[in-house]
Amino acid sequence: RDFNERCAQCSEVNWGLTDGGRFYCRSCHNVTERTREVVNTDFLCNTRIQTISKGLRKQEKKDGGYEWYVCEGFQLVLKKQAEALEALGVCPQMKDEILCNFWRCYLQKSNQAYCNRPAEETVKALSVCDSSTDVGSEPERSSLQFLCLSESEGDIPTDCSFASSTGKISESTSVCSGSVDGSLYLMDNQKEKLRMTMPMTLSFCYMALLWLREPMTLSDLLRFVVEGHIPYLNVFQHFPEKMKLRGLDLKIFCVESWPVYEEVYNKMLELAAFLDLPRFPDITDSCFLHPDMLCMKYLMEANLPDELHNWTCRVVKKICIGEVDFLTLVPGNRSTRKVKYDVLAAAVIVVVLKLLFLLDDNYEWLLSDFAEERNKNIKEGGPYFEFKKWYKVIKCSLDAEQKKLDEENAKYLWRCEKPLFYSAEKKSKVLKRRQMVVNLQNQFGKLSGSVRPAEKPNPSSFQLSWSEENTDGSCFHGHSLKGILQEKCGVLTAMNPDYWLCTLKLCTEKLCGHLAHYREVDFPHSYHFVLRLFSFLLRIQPSYIHDEVCVIEQKLFNKKLFKKPKYSAGVRK
Amino acid sequence: SSHEHKLNFKKSKEVCLNYIQDAMLQKQWKRAAEFLTFYIESLEKDYSREYMGPSEMIWRIGTEILCHHSHSSMKEFNSFIEQMKTLGVKRYLKVCLEHAFHLLCNGLIDEAYQNLSLAESWRFGEQTVIQDKEMKLIQAYRGLLDYYSWSKQKNILLEHDQDGFEDLSVEQEMHSCFRKAAVNLKEIIKIPGVWDLFVKCYVDLLEFYGDHNEARQVLNEYAYNSKFPANPNAHVYLYQFLKRHGESKKSLISALKILYDIVPSHELMIDFHIMLQKSKKRKRRRLGLEVIFAALDYAGWKENVKAWSCLARQVKQIVISEKHLDWIKQEWNSRKDWWPAFHFSRYLAKRNWQENESLSYEKALVAGILLGKDCKYFKYVSHQGCKTQVQRFRLLKKFVNKHSPVYLRISG
Repeated sequence: RDFNERCAQCSEVNWGLTDGGRFYCRSCHNVTERTREVVNTDFLCNTRIQTISKGLRKQEKKDGGYEWYVCEGFQLVLKKQAEALEALGVCPQMKDEILCNFWRCYLQKSNQAYCNRPAEETVKALSVCDSSTDVGSEPERSSLQFLCLSESEGDIPTDCSFASSTGKISESTSVCSGSVDGSLYLMDNQKEKLRMTMPMTLSFCYMALLWLREPMTLSDLLRFVVEGHIPYLNVFQHFPEKMKLRGLDLKIFCVESWPVYEEVYNKMLELAAFLDLPRFPDITDSCFLHPDMLCMKYLMEANLPDELHNWTCRVVKKICIGEVDFLTLVPGNRSTRKVKYDVLAAAVIVVVLKLLFLLDDNYEWLLSDFAEERNKNIKEGGPYFEFKKWYKVIKCSLDAEQKKLDEENAKYLWRCEKPLFYSAEKKSKVLKRRQMVVNLQNQFGKLSGSVRPAEKPNPSSFQLSWSEENTDGSCFHGHSLKGILQEKCGVLTAMNPDYWLCTLKLCTEKLCGHLAHYREVDFPHSYHFVLRLFSFLLRIQPSYIHDEVCVIEQKLFNKKLFKKPKYSAGVRK
Repeated sequence: SSHEHKLNFKKSKEVCLNYIQDAMLQKQWKRAAEFLTFYIESLEKDYSREYMGPSEMIWRIGTEILCHHSHSSMKEFNSFIEQMKTLGVKRYLKVCLEHAFHLLCNGLIDEAYQNLSLAESWRFGEQTVIQDKEMKLIQAYRGLLDYYSWSKQKNILLEHDQDGFEDLSVEQEMHSCFRKAAVNLKEIIKIPGVWDLFVKCYVDLLEFYGDHNEARQVLNEYAYNSKFPANPNAHVYLYQFLKRHGESKKSLISALKILYDIVPSHELMIDFHIMLQKSKKRKRRRLGLEVIFAALDYAGWKENVKAWSCLARQVKQIVISEKHLDWIKQEWNSRKDWWPAFHFSRYLAKRNWQENESLSYEKALVAGILLGKDCKYFKYVSHQGCKTQVQRFRLLKKFVNKHSPVYLRISG
């Protein structure tokens, strides 16, 4: 489109784009060597790329597959994930424009496409491996063999002989992977290239979601992945039949663990910087990800009184974490601490609870007793919030849900119908094994008695829900905080005069990776309970929320802390 | 407890296994089966590097569940085990063996025999050599089943004999069973171990065919070869054999002596004591006293009338003869601190008298001599006995009173 040269053959200016990203003259079909580079960061491109062709392509191999490159595989994965997100209600722009363009940008930056790609480089690298026969050479080579051997199955050891003959690229690498560049891919771990991994696909997704400011937090996304609504585990099922996964491809595309929040998040930041992305679209107070909004959602889910929302907003305002500049992601900017919206919102709620109820395993029960007394005697004006009642209701639900979750985890199935085999020789063994597994599952399944629920639960944003229609009084949304508040100089403040800090000083992340060190035994039981609740909702360790709570407290009590350094861990507001 | 929100394949299967174990311990077989279905896919990741990998787990757990589950049948079990056999070459013979045991426990003797025969013919390169022990066991158990067939044939033959029939085919079959059994049984008992059942059967075969020498040799080996673990039964079998064949008292005693050393509470100690008592040799009679005292040290013998009567008789004999009182003194020395409470409490006196008069009689005699006529036990029992005017108790009282100085000499 912005290529204005005249065609060498017919002198026309009528250019189109091949699948390979090269310009060709529409008049005479002359293909140039020029490739289109993604220069503008506008992301308004319309073309959708399905496959990437490299010139040597679609040659049928012995096992009926064709040649494919690892990045093609990842592209497919991303496509499937985007489709799933669309099905969950994310706007179609995400797939067609945002994610697509992020991906193309990545391919270009990492020299995998849209550039003068080293197909020659590939050959060079391989021939280096091939030709050297020294025993001591190529530590990567021996580690590669180790990678091969570690996948051996069953009693009889596999024999993965590294290709020693010189030959075409496809031949020499197909022994150790179905993809053309599988083995190279794993060996090539340069920092500058930011090698693609399965968890990174989720980083891509989250980055796109964030760009579009979709109402889905990272913890939501990861939960949907684990629940199976977004392809991740066994996503290779969706690869076309001819795209064979062999050998080292398994190491690249097979997932044997759940995605970890920290990992996906940090990778996303790395990715955003790597792609030289500009400042992301502003997170304003009308966005779902804004702490005011998220707090409201989490308060509802935690079955806490709506009135608490006033308090979360006050805290947010006081420490300025509702500011656009604080919340919006600016890639590459190392000075600002990056925001985890879900963890932040949860931490704010925890701080508010501490402000109002102290949560020292004593005061909150006292307040609760007062509220209980009042509720017994006076019926009008709605019930006052009783911490004890809330605790009982939540604990009951939480324990039940946690137990269910634990059982589901124990029953998690990692394999799927599509079998994976390391190499063609292993195929029959793998298939036999698979058949036996299915037989045994059937046999014992019949003895299980109960019918297994075949369908996975519908995806939902809320894991716990409470309805005010329930007459058993188990919904606390409408309960009043009157019993614990008092008016001072026209402003509502908490009756609780005290506060205890989780930590006097924050640790540095560089030293140990954490800002604080959470140990259950060191803190009051009620505090741990609250952490546990949000830990369950967000599917992250309580310590992450605790870290965030510490940061908020430091901001909130900053002045007080620096005024009197000899304070004990209790602070008067 | 903190819940991990990370999960990987290995961890989730470990957790699954915990659920299975819990369910099994609580005998919730349906639940165990349910979780097992989710564990099974770890077969596809079985690298056989661990000590006990998924295939062995599944074999063991599956077996337990199928044994106990109400809806499971023998047919299902068999089909399951056949699959397990194909799972791990290294374990093939072990699975076959345990399968055979299971069939035997369910009374399916022919099926068990077939299985064992099939397993015996299995060959798999160097695995056959590695699994040599299992192979020997398989052959041994097949031998045992051959013995069982032989035994059945023998009984049929004996019946027919009585009826006057002559059945050549049965006889031939019997002999062929014998040959098969003998070969295998002989082999297994060569290996140091505990082979009680096999030894018994083999000896039975040998005795039937009149090969007493071989039988005696086998039993001697089994009892005296130091490579074999110490096994009281070995000595019992030897003793019984010697007795059957009318061997000399000397050899019988030497056989039982070792049994005494290993298991002083063995039931044959009474026989041993009696034999020793009858002996002319002083040393043997001395040993006899030691043996009977030792037996009565054990709680299981407390109410054994025969034992007490043996002790009483010998004690009485010694007291009357006034020779060898020092024997009693020696034996009593280590027991005088605890036997009174153990055997001769007032409570026991009452109970023994109520439950078993003869027991109380014998015990009273012993108590009277060892503890004197003023001891609780003797006083109570003799009083009761005289009250009821039972003759022997009156005599007992007289006897003890007469010999009361003995007590002083013993206890001093």
